[in-house]
Formats: sequence, C-alpha cells, structure tokens
Amino acid sequence: MNADELLKNLYDETMVGNAPAVLELTHAGLDAGLGPETLLFDSLIPALEEVGARFERGDWFVPEMLIAGRAMSGALDVLRPLLAQTGAESVGTFLMGTVKGDVHDIGKNLVNIMLEGAGFTVIDLGVQCPPEKFIAGIEEHKPDIVGMSAFLTTTMPMFKANINAIEKAGLRDSVIIMVGGAPVTQEYADACGADGYAADAATAVRRAKDLIAAKRRG
Amino acid sequence: MHTTVSSPTKTVVIGPDQPFCIIGERINPTGRKAFQEQLRAGDLSAVEKDVADQVAGGAMMLDVNMGAPFVDEPEMLARAVQLIQSITDLPLCIDSSVVEALEAGLAAYQGKALVNSVTAEDERMELILPLVKKYGAAIIALPNDDVEIPEEPQRRLELTRRIVDVATTKYGIPIEDIVIDPLAMPIGADPTMVVRTTETIALIKEHIGVNMTVGASNVSFGMPDRHTLNSVFLPMAIQSGLTSAIMDARTPQIVTAVKAADLMRGNDEWGGAWIAAHRARQAAG
Repeated sequence: MNADELLKNLYDETMVGNAPAVLELTHAGLDAGLGPETLLFDSLIPALEEVGARFERGDWFVPEMLIAGRAMSGALDVLRPLLAQTGAESVGTFLMGTVKGDVHDIGKNLVNIMLEGAGFTVIDLGVQCPPEKFIAGIEEHKPDIVGMSAFLTTTMPMFKANINAIEKAGLRDSVIIMVGGAPVTQEYADACGADGYAADAATAVRRAKDLIAAKRRG
Repeated sequence: MHTTVSSPTKTVVIGPDQPFCIIGERINPTGRKAFQEQLRAGDLSAVEKDVADQVAGGAMMLDVNMGAPFVDEPEMLARAVQLIQSITDLPLCIDSSVVEALEAGLAAYQGKALVNSVTAEDERMELILPLVKKYGAAIIALPNDDVEIPEEPQRRLELTRRIVDVATTKYGIPIEDIVIDPLAMPIGADPTMVVRTTETIALIKEHIGVNMTVGASNVSFGMPDRHTLNSVFLPMAIQSGLTSAIMDARTPQIVTAVKAADLMRGNDEWGGAWIAAHRARQAAG
C-alpha cells in the first residue's frame, strides 16, 4: 500500500465508522513515515466533513455519524500527543455544555463530533451546567468559543442567564458564544445576546470557523 | 390498575385490560416553524385541522403543548384547551414544562385532565404535584432527577418508586392517577436504548403496577423510515406492559399496529374493533 492508497483507505474506513481499521491504518501511516497532520488533514477531517455533508442533506443518519465520530476519536487519541509535539495548531478551542435544567445531549454530542472532526479541541462540560460551571470552564480552558445547548423552551432562558453571568465575571469579551438546540432559532439567539447560532451540527462547524476567523481579523 | 381521564361528556380508561390508549402528539409547535409563528401572533387556526386529523386517525386523547420561543405559554395553553374542548370531546393531556402554563391549562380545562409532566426532582414535585391535587387531575411522571436521565432500568425503577411515594403520601394523589413515562430514547443514538425501555416497563409493571405512557416517536429520531420503527416499537413496548403512548395518531401504519396488538393481547374481544375498522376502511373506499 503506497501513501496515497493508505490515505484513501483511512478516509474510506473513517467514513463507514470502522474503528479497528481506522486505528490500524493510523498506526500504519505513522510507521510509513506519514506525519500526524497529513493523516488528520488529508483523511480524517475530510472524511468527517463528508459524513457531515451527507447528514445535512438527509442522506445519512444519526448512527452513521456517531460511529464515524467514534472511529475518528480512536485515531485522534493516537495523533493528539504527536500533534502537540509538532506544534500543529488546533483550529480553536470549543467549550461545550447543555444548560442547567436540561439533560439532553444527543445533539450536543453530534456537534462535538463534527467540531473534533474539523480540528477543534473540544471540552465537553456535560449536561445540567449552571452558569458557574461555564465560567470555571472559561477560566480554566480559555476557549475561543463557548457553546450552549438547550432542548426545551423552558431551559432556553438559561442562555441569557449564562451570558449575563459571563459578562459579570468580566469574561464576555474573551469568548465567542454560540447557542443551539431543537427549539432555538436565529431570532432567539440574537435576542439572548449570543454571537452565533446554527440549526444543525455541520452548519455549527462552519459558523464556528467563520466566527473565529472574523474575531482574529478583529 | 385503571387511570381514568375525562371531558364533560367522555371518559377514557387507561389500563392493561383496556384497548391501548392512543394520545395524539401533533398539537405541539416543536419542529413546526409555521405553527410557531402563528402562535407568536396568537393564531390558533392550525389547531382545528390537527384535532380533526388525529380524531379521524384514531386518537383517544390529545396532547396539547404550546411551548415555543416568544409565545405567552400560559395564555396560549388556556386558549388552546378551550378551543379544542369546543370541537372535540376527547380528554386532553396538558403538556408544558412551565408550571404557570400547566396551571392556566388546568384552570381552563373541563373534566379530569392528564398533566404532562413531573420529574423526580424535588423542586418540580413541590411545584406541580399540589396543582395536580388541587385540580383532581392525573399526572405523567418521568423517572429522571436533576442529575441524570438514568440508563439502567433498576435506577429508573427506584426513581419511579420515589415519585409514587412522594405523590401518594405527601400530596395524597391516588396511585392510579400516576402514569409513569419510562423514557423512550432514540435507537439511533444507542442500540441498547429500546431494550432498556422495555426492561424498565416490565420492571415497573411487576413491582409497582401503575399505568405507563411514552413519547413513542422519540425512538425513531434520526433514522430513516420512522413509521415502520414506530409501528414495531409500540407492540414491543405494549407486550412489556406499556398501556398508553403519546404518539403519531395520523399515520395508519402506526395506529393499525397498535390495534393489532390490542387484538393479540385479548383486549379486542373476537376482533370486534379490528373487523369494524376494516369495514370502515372498505366503506371509505
């Protein structure tokens, strides 16, 4: 198997969520002298992007996205320390959590997968996150973006409560804030003072990249 | 055990020896953009068609939820309850996570409603159970607390016990007025989810014996051909002891699967309802 074949196989196996094969090909690629960035940017990330695009079109379904994400996570566990050594830059750090009073996490987890697939460092605070947890997370991890998820109309007001608390802690200008979840709309995101909103996981990744680029441009 | 709910002119009995109680899920703005915009403008005209479609489809009760961003939920829920009761005699399930909306809906309702829902969280029980008692309603309770939606059936059984204990001893709600929602999660997100739900149903049936309902359509979320999945899930859950579901009452494939399960369980004697439904379809051509 030459390098091109290997990268093509890694791409294909990631797409179909074959975790053992993805892990094996990742090791094989490293053994053959391919850099961790090459494996990440030429195979793993494009594969996840394609999965996301198919999901967005309605051609692919939730389980396919979950297993592709899981397969990629296995490879990332191997690559992460190597990428740190080579000083490869993460696209950005994304702090994610479901708001207080809300235990829904499927949508949040899909967004996490897509973000990781796109090269973000994702820190997941889990469900039922009170404002203090978001603030502690911002202080500890210094994320570029804070993502808040709510699945209920009754828990959506926590966006505003969290944003107020983040402002009060003097951290509002240090982060971009994105919100999402089934009942959330662009209109609602604007009203609660968030910087960004997306209706699905693939769009969330594009939006996150755009927002970071805009912020870095100043 | 029998849970009865009623409108001024109709009583519905939920129980293991009764035909499975089909609660229509449609009157709910979640995921319905046009409906949300109408509600924001105070327009309830879409509800009439939702009622008619679900009644025609075989609904025995209707769930009513008015939760959407920028909607005055207490006012709209009270108005929706009044409107729906003026066009159908089916008993209603008053659905909100906003306590004020539940109270407004209950105050507007004529008869004995089913309230959707309370959880095992102390704060929620303290707010909602007194309302249920005050209005003499029945209540759907979910076995999750402020920490987790437990995955293990045994843990769901424990939380169910806790809710039943608090509701009956502290608030004097009759046990037959408690309907447990054992939590149906999407099979697409975890292949073990449905087995956990059916195991939970069997455990609750064996140890507590209360009636149970689920949001059945949740099971097929994120998967293709949802109708087939829904129409297979329901008979599986019914076999485990489920006695009601908040479900798609407009899709014949799903409703027919439930009716077939009634017949198979011996709750449709000599197939009277099954044959009558067949004739009605023939007559409709």
